[in-house]
Amino acid sequence: MDWQLAWDSLGPIVRGAVLGTVPLALISFALGLVLALGIALARISKVRVLSAAARFVISVVRGTPLLVQLFVIFYGLPSLGLTIPPWPSAVIAFSINVGGYGAEIIRAAILSVPAGQWEAGYTVSMSRSLTLRRIILPQAARVSVPPLSNTFISLVKDTSLASLILVTELFREAQKIAAFSQEFMLLYIEAAVVYWVICLGLSAVQGRLEKRLDRYVAHT
Amino acid sequence: MSLTPDRPSVPGSTGGTGVPLLRATGLRKAFGELEVLKGVDLQVRRGKVLVLIGPSGSGKTTVLRSLNALTPPDSGVIELDGDRVDFGADVAPRARAAERARLRDASGMVFQHYNLFPHKTVLENVIEGPVVVQRRPRDAAIADAEALLARVGLESKRDVYPFQLSGGQQQRVGIVRALALKPKLLLFDEPTSALDPEIVGDVLSIMSELAHEDWTMVVVTHELSFAREVADEVAFLDGGVVVERGAPADLFTAPREPRTREFLNRLLRPLD
Ligand SMILES: Nc1ncnc2c1ncn2[C@@H]1O[C@H](COP(=O)(O)OP(=O)(O)OP(=O)(O)O)[C@@H](O)[C@H]1O
Ligand SMILES: [Mg+2]
Repeated sequence: MDWQLAWDSLGPIVRGAVLGTVPLALISFALGLVLALGIALARISKVRVLSAAARFVISVVRGTPLLVQLFVIFYGLPSLGLTIPPWPSAVIAFSINVGGYGAEIIRAAILSVPAGQWEAGYTVSMSRSLTLRRIILPQAARVSVPPLSNTFISLVKDTSLASLILVTELFREAQKIAAFSQEFMLLYIEAAVVYWVICLGLSAVQGRLEKRLDRYVAHT
Repeated sequence: MSLTPDRPSVPGSTGGTGVPLLRATGLRKAFGELEVLKGVDLQVRRGKVLVLIGPSGSGKTTVLRSLNALTPPDSGVIELDGDRVDFGADVAPRARAAERARLRDASGMVFQHYNLFPHKTVLENVIEGPVVVQRRPRDAAIADAEALLARVGLESKRDVYPFQLSGGQQQRVGIVRALALKPKLLLFDEPTSALDPEIVGDVLSIMSELAHEDWTMVVVTHELSFAREVADEVAFLDGGVVVERGAPADLFTAPREPRTREFLNRLLRPLD
């Protein structure tokens, strides 16, 4: 085992994580959540066109590989005259992906709030949108924290696919050093460990977040 | 703040001749094939208490939820304090929504399972409607809420969450939440059915206080002693119609209809 190489390569790999993987995941997740909420609301909307459109988007996102989505945006769109640089391409693909999966999570969470909560909102004179915003969504948010956290953790790992469209991130750094040094096993294990450490940290944050939100939920 | 509704008392409201505050005529409702209401007529005069009784599945809840349009009837007319909504009329969806909102705004509802907002404290539950919808000043709403909570013995619970309360306490908050909106009409759907027997009395006594303070109430309940003591009128619902109605003294002691008699017998002697 080449410990010196392991140590020397840790710098670039961690830099790839900090400048590539982590911001890519955070930005895509934040945008994806906004998208997810919008798609979820469209999906439960009584306006047929909206809910049909939402169902279509969800179906496409969930029914096609993320790698293919990424390639369509980065390598496919230029043939239509639309060239998007690697980073934005990755952000677009990942946010749409989070939007699709997150929409189903948020929709399920909204539906899990008992009908009595809608009715209680109505009987204190609230409109449908006010009830949604002040009564239903806060309760749905609590329910969706665990599955959304899982989505985020998956996203962190999926960002490694961005290396295939030339985004400089954790895995691409590892690949470069591996190709140069021919120490494939060492570098890929090292990359795996760094991903693992990031995900361990995220799981810990998730646990604490759930505990904090738990105080506000009905214990029936 | 007293629990008394915030409006001048109407002359004649204690007599038998006042104009009804609420009049429902010909309420019909079907769920798919199942005809639940087949033409229900009801009236309640201002400051009076109407108790609805009837077997399980007879449509009591459906009637109550028609009155605030939570479950809009398929047809029938509801007149509430001069506001007339004809559910059979062909009305644009937007106008219908506005009509339903008006009925909802005019009444407060207390649910069997309380339906408090679990993510809000007791105080927040109570002031939600007054502050967010009615746009009353927050301080005034809080002062009113505190006074109401004190009236039902829950002043010390203002900052706790619903899950920290017993069922009886939650239901008292449910009542206060309805009162805080100062509705014209209070609707109760089996408010004590989910409670342990020993706390049923607490909630019923708050309700009879409200009755004595001139609130207009429609109450669905199986508590016949409450009906006997508090109701001005009792209506027996069965098979989607009001089979019989009258003053509790008459209806309970000398029911005219065989179906009423049978129902009361079963309720009073459940072990036979
Ligand atoms: N949303 C609904 N969809 C379909 N059927 C319904 C719905 N609500 C009520 N029903 C049916 O309508 C009938 C009357 O129901 P309702 O709840 O009004 O009766 P109830 O008199 O309140 O009964 P209980 O004493 O058991 O509360 C029942 O057969 C019930 O199953
Ligand atoms: Mg019922």
